Amino acid sequence: MPALSPLGIGVIRKIKAKLQNRRGAGIFQPYKDLWKLLHKDEILSNDASWIFKFAPFVIFAVTLVVGASIPLLASFLPNTATSDMLVIIYMLAICTFFLALAGMDIGSAFGGFGSSREMTLSALAEGGLIFSLLTLAIISRTSNLFGISHAIISAYGNSFLPILLAFSGFFIVLLAETARFPFDNPATHLELTMIHEAMILEYSGKRLALMEWASANKLLIFASLGANLFFPWGMANGLDINAILISVPAFAVKLLVFYASIAVIESCMAKYRFFRLPNLLIISFILNVFAIGLIK
Amino acid sequence: MINAIASQSGFLVLLSLFAVGAAGSLLLRRNDRLANYWNGFFAIAGSLWGILFSLVLLNATRAVSFAAAPSIFPLLSISFKIDKLSAFFIFVITLITLFCSIYGIGYIRHFYNKYSIGALGLFYHLFVLGMLLVVTADNGLFFLIAWEIMSVVSYFLVIYDRNDEKNIKAGFLYLVMTHIATAFIVFAFLLLYKFTGSFDFDAIKSGVSLIPSAVKNAVFVLAIIGFGTKAGIIPFHIWLPGAHPAAPSHVSALMSGVMIKTGIYMLIRIFLDMLQPVPLWWGLGLLVIGSVSSLLGVLYALTEHDIKRLLAYHSIENIGIILLGLGSSLSFLSLGMPSLSLLGLVAALFHTLNHATFKSLLFLSAGSVINETHIRNMEKYGGLIKNMPQTALFFLVGSMAISALPPFNGFFSEWLTFQALFQGVSTLAVSAKWVFVAAAGALAFTGGLALACFVKAFGVTFLARPRSGEAQEAGESSFSLRFAMGALAALTLLFGIFSGHITSLINRVGNDLSVFSCTTSFVSAFPDQSLAVGSFSTVSAPVLLAFLVAAFIVVLLTIKYLVYKNQKVTTGLTWDCGTDLTPRMEITATGFARSIVTIFKAVLKPGISNATEYLDEESRYVPQSRTVILSVKDMYKSYLYKPLDKIAAAMSERAKGIQSGNINAYILYILTALLIALLLVK
Repeated sequence: MPALSPLGIGVIRKIKAKLQNRRGAGIFQPYKDLWKLLHKDEILSNDASWIFKFAPFVIFAVTLVVGASIPLLASFLPNTATSDMLVIIYMLAICTFFLALAGMDIGSAFGGFGSSREMTLSALAEGGLIFSLLTLAIISRTSNLFGISHAIISAYGNSFLPILLAFSGFFIVLLAETARFPFDNPATHLELTMIHEAMILEYSGKRLALMEWASANKLLIFASLGANLFFPWGMANGLDINAILISVPAFAVKLLVFYASIAVIESCMAKYRFFRLPNLLIISFILNVFAIGLIK
Repeated sequence: MINAIASQSGFLVLLSLFAVGAAGSLLLRRNDRLANYWNGFFAIAGSLWGILFSLVLLNATRAVSFAAAPSIFPLLSISFKIDKLSAFFIFVITLITLFCSIYGIGYIRHFYNKYSIGALGLFYHLFVLGMLLVVTADNGLFFLIAWEIMSVVSYFLVIYDRNDEKNIKAGFLYLVMTHIATAFIVFAFLLLYKFTGSFDFDAIKSGVSLIPSAVKNAVFVLAIIGFGTKAGIIPFHIWLPGAHPAAPSHVSALMSGVMIKTGIYMLIRIFLDMLQPVPLWWGLGLLVIGSVSSLLGVLYALTEHDIKRLLAYHSIENIGIILLGLGSSLSFLSLGMPSLSLLGLVAALFHTLNHATFKSLLFLSAGSVINETHIRNMEKYGGLIKNMPQTALFFLVGSMAISALPPFNGFFSEWLTFQALFQGVSTLAVSAKWVFVAAAGALAFTGGLALACFVKAFGVTFLARPRSGEAQEAGESSFSLRFAMGALAALTLLFGIFSGHITSLINRVGNDLSVFSCTTSFVSAFPDQSLAVGSFSTVSAPVLLAFLVAAFIVVLLTIKYLVYKNQKVTTGLTWDCGTDLTPRMEITATGFARSIVTIFKAVLKPGISNATEYLDEESRYVPQSRTVILSVKDMYKSYLYKPLDKIAAAMSERAKGIQSGNINAYILYILTALLIALLLVK
């Protein structure tokens, strides 16, 4: 899973470049960037405490655990220990917690404001995220993510509309949580409006590589949640060679659609003013409330 | 041996340890040091005995109940009944008292020669004693006496630091509010007495069918106001953010961690035990109250920059979360789903225990910071992680637990509360379902906002650079403080890992109540500590912890030793666009929360006022100083308490007319009163 995530970033950048009539870097460029960063010398701030030093390791480790706990190719083999929807959501909250603390740790004006904005957005996104997964959980009568992707496929006939509404709510949260347009601009490195980049401004070398890689992981986690919970087509339901062989290209195609749509949104939309973002997140929450109301 | 502990004498030993502690502290009040050690020794011994006693009782088969002395008053019987619910609360009280007392030994040294340590010891012991009596009393009048002991003694603890006028004011507000609440409780018990003919809890319980439903509803409202004030639910919370910070920190930890839970205990005792069966709207009403308290509690906490007031507001939030569990439990019970109801109760009780541990941990760490810096304003902290690394670590653990981050204990009780609400959303019919949806939404947003609030609290206090001389010169606290905080931090992790054990224990506590006597709980725990809620959800704490730790170690070791390791790590200045970075450029607590406050401006009503002083008042070109005051309006004060206050003042003004000073008029009053009384009696 972490081996794949930088590829996603590369794909998004490539599509964006094409849409802007540029040739763009190859889709493997993020790997080269990570390799380069891992070999660079590192400069730490004088003010950095152990929170700043350990945060990249914590965040990367948590994305690994979350990545291992969500359904990727197959919906059988339920992992009953760590695949509950709330466990996943609150584990991702550990990432946010340490990311925001690391942003405050170095005492720069940018980092603090980045953390403040990040926490504001993630606090408001929480309602939409929990409720969109709750809609699926109620439809499939389990909150285990493997169970959901197993059950949703047969639930389309009865509850197509709730699933669709929940998905729209989820997609808004996806954009917010992965620092994409219209919430944040992943391409800026020095603007007063930046959120995610502001928090990792002081990182360099290995730790920056880990931070970048972790956010690529997070994007892949959200994209696969969206692909495999809401549209679990082509996932292997049993230990069958054919099914597993089909599931790999199916997963790849679904991810590609997700990444392409993110890239398209980023190319034809402007970043919103910060105080308009809460409206968007509340809309996500309300869509999900409707979805729950519509479940039969 | 076991039988000897779980008996009448075992309980009397517990009470007498605290009584001896109280008396001894008073006798030794001339010698501060001796009083401190006496106080600490008996408090620790008493708490250890209490933990043992309650654990034995939790595993025993029957309850301990006895009447202490033949009473001289007909309605008052000094009788105790310690069933598993009481034992659970004794466990919570004594567990937190143990660590607060250890902390206290080191902490109260700075009061030597300033205030009387003996008096502090006396009140501290009486306070714990009062709480123990409250959760074990089996008679309404005796309960009220215990309740008053607890309330009045805690008032003296609040105003202990009496040189600060603010503390006296906060204490007075507390005293007034707590007595208004007691009046409501007295009224509730009088109503129960009128219809059942007894103050004994068992007699009320067996006579519950005699109570007409309108009276029952009145008792519900009275109990919510009375016990809700003590628990700190919104809008009866106004004493709490003032009183908890005013007390010495280890007492704040006890008040916030334990005392407000006695309100919860009585709500459970009355609603789930004594007055069953109850109508559906009670449970739904509790859900609404819980949602409002949890959301508004965390929003007000975000606006605070006084570290102890911030924590006090989080107590309101967590009481809200406990009420969400309790409310869902009551609703399910009224709908005839005892199995789901027990799930709600387990969630509420588990969160009670967890909140007691992490909130006292946070108060103790905040106390350790205040002890070193002598300021409570977070804007003046900063960078304390370098001077107080251990306190910072403990505060971080507490923050993660209260923000419900796995694998700490807060996560598992919030998880259970969520499950109870989810079950309501998925199984109930229309109207009740939407209350559960609202409650689940409130809990979801509360979780997110609490995370933001603790990033603020930890970041502004411990990270970046010191923003005042006091913060720069702070040192690490003494051993007893660090020991108490460390032990509590370890407990928050252990209660998380052994959430399976604790859940099955609380299931048994629930089964001990007569409504659940033959109910299998919807949440089941397995020997490997994993939890399962029906077939809906499962989680396993040890596996979760093992995954997280293993992944962290693998990442750390791989990056440190396997990836190219010949690089240099240098340290330099933080970059800030080429300017010299000063601590004044860091984000402050107010600045951090300002965007959330702006988003919720409909509720919080933030105000801003500018004032500029000019060098030359005539020309007004060159300003000498500018002041910006950001404020948050307290809605309850302006819309609820101010009008009430006005009405009370106007009525007093009217009543003054009666007092003419003429003795003949007074005699006339007496005569009329006598006549009316005679008429009524006839």
